[in-house]
Amino acid sequence: MNILVCISRVPDTASRILVGSDGKNIDTQGIKFVVNPYDEFAIEEGLRLREKNGGTVTAIVVGTEASKDVLRTALAMGVDKAVLVKGKEPDDSFYVAKNLAEYAKGISPDLILLGRQSVDYDSRQMASALGELLGLPSISVVSKLTIENGKATAEKDIEGGKEVVEASLPCLISCQKGLNDPRYPKLPDIMKAKSKPIEEIVPIETQNKVTILGMSMPSKKRVGKILGAEDSDIDELVKLLHEEAKVI
Amino acid sequence: MKKILVYLEQQKESLKRTSLEVITAARTIASNGNIPIVGVIINGNPNAIKVAGEYGLAKIINAKHTLLEKTSIMGFSNVAYQVAKSEDADVVIFAGNAAGMEIAPRVAVKMEAGYICDCVGLEFSDGNIVASKPVYAGKSMITAKIDSENKVFSLRPNVFTSSKSDTVVNCEINDFSPELTDKDFKDIVINVMKNEGKLDVLEADVIVSGGRGIKGPENYHLIETLANTLGGAVGASRAVVDAGWRPHAEQVGQTGKTVSPSLYIACGISGAVQHLAGMSTSKTIVAINKDKDAPIFKVTDYGIVGDLFDVLPKLNEKIKSILN
Ligand SMILES: Cc1cc2nc3c(=O)[nH]c(=O)nc-3n(C[C@H](O)[C@H](O)[C@H](O)COP(=O)(O)OP(=O)(O)OC[C@H]3O[C@@H](n4cnc5c(N)ncnc54)[C@H](O)[C@@H]3O)c2cc1C
Ligand SMILES: Nc1ncnc2c1ncn2[C@@H]1O[C@H](COP(=O)(O)O)[C@@H](O)[C@H]1O
Repeated sequence: MNILVCISRVPDTASRILVGSDGKNIDTQGIKFVVNPYDEFAIEEGLRLREKNGGTVTAIVVGTEASKDVLRTALAMGVDKAVLVKGKEPDDSFYVAKNLAEYAKGISPDLILLGRQSVDYDSRQMASALGELLGLPSISVVSKLTIENGKATAEKDIEGGKEVVEASLPCLISCQKGLNDPRYPKLPDIMKAKSKPIEEIVPIETQNKVTILGMSMPSKKRVGKILGAEDSDIDELVKLLHEEAKVI
Repeated sequence: MKKILVYLEQQKESLKRTSLEVITAARTIASNGNIPIVGVIINGNPNAIKVAGEYGLAKIINAKHTLLEKTSIMGFSNVAYQVAKSEDADVVIFAGNAAGMEIAPRVAVKMEAGYICDCVGLEFSDGNIVASKPVYAGKSMITAKIDSENKVFSLRPNVFTSSKSDTVVNCEINDFSPELTDKDFKDIVINVMKNEGKLDVLEADVIVSGGRGIKGPENYHLIETLANTLGGAVGASRAVVDAGWRPHAEQVGQTGKTVSPSLYIACGISGAVQHLAGMSTSKTIVAINKDKDAPIFKVTDYGIVGDLFDVLPKLNEKIKSILN
């Protein structure tokens, strides 16, 4: 089985996010970048399917020179091949989708694995957008996956439950927590990954379809009324919810 | 901007609440420019269509085809695209629910449109639509616009209010037969597993969530009782899910579900950024925590500093009496 895993490089989720001096992007000073947490599920799933069915797992990032660190993590976890589409800092989902599609067309994978969402812009669109560009089905937010007889059967989260979806291969799967427990790379593998080759590809430039106008810290004003736990406080809370917030 | 197409979904004999939110949001941006709004629905029933009229929609395209008996993201995307094309709509708006989040990006690619997902604000200004959306797990917010001629948006559920139109219009229904083949149905839903009898956090208007402060699964009835009283759903922090006390379906937060109820009550939850990521756009947030310095209090509207084992039963009784 030929598997392509798409990974993105994002700030560690515990990072403190501040708006940068341009007012449109975050201040990256002091931020630690990591493999997008959902993409760890994608890498792990790819490795498990290879262990079961044979084949190769290729990891790809559309990014900059700096993105090599996440590819090294993927190599340390055990992917066979790492590819960097090396250009500008990707700031448009269409640019990423287009470049992923271009590479995928060249290797015709049986399965493309992605994360449910990239925890920077939380776009949650790549599996569908890439699938559409390739004319292939995609199943998003998948927490259980079986590949058998040229078909993928997957459970995905929907409002009020789960749906079981069947798709013909090749297809795309966006991975959700619960799918597997990603392995931690072992120290010798981390060392070995440092000297493994990373294929570099020149990106196709595209016209940005979305422009960010500004970034700000969330502005929702909270009432911020903090009460004690006396009976009178609880009476007060119920009154506030009823009369002020009007939610009960 | 020429025309707005809204993607509608029905639920029983009416439209989903999220669809009503989408129609209302479309109305606000359209009224500034007097732009027509059209809806698309798949196998629409007459009652659902009547509701659309009450919300001010003057025209609905009702797509019908034998293949549409199956649920398929590829198939439904193709229908939405064909309707957008035949109606010459250049803006398409979806609800950002599970289906919308999968269909919208496909329609955007087909229309060569830019796409902004999970919007919490849409405004018409200077001849363009300006969207705002949370990024970095809600730790920050961006405003953005789409530069391409065609534009696709999805709206975070429960954030936009829905309201009936002042003037009820008679909704015109046009049946539409899309051109579809089996090739458009490479993905098909083969089974739906509903959380029977349990309201999902994604659908609830009120959520009562428990954190590690609840101490063990045997105490979760305190959370469930209050949720029941309020007609709401039960949520959980990751600590509680990881401990195996509650199912993952109830987890709220970055690796769980993103919710936006009218009322979110966090009980014994510290307020880690990853938890806040999933609930910070809730309309009113209440926290009960015995630590007055817990970070959750920084984002709450109303807080109770106290022991949840004391507070919850009392709160439940008092809410019950006010509801009666
Ligand atoms: C990549 C990543 C993703 C994550 N995703 C999520 C996610 O999706 N959702 C999520 O929730 N977390 C997530 N987390 C975990 C998050 O960082 C926190 O660890 C978690 O939210 C803590 O859960 P908690 O608030 O229940 O527990 P704690 O942080 O232990 O807080 C317990 C709180 O209960 C209070 N308390 C104790 N006893 C009582 C009492 N008797 N009465 C009242 N209050 C009491 C304490 O004062 C404390 O504030 C994620 C972490 C990472 C690294
Ligand atoms: N720059 C990128 N390079 C490779 N894959 C990416 C990139 N950005 C996003 N992805 C993939 O698409 C998934 C969903 O991202 P998004 O739709 O941007 O939220 C991620 O979890 C990755 O698997």
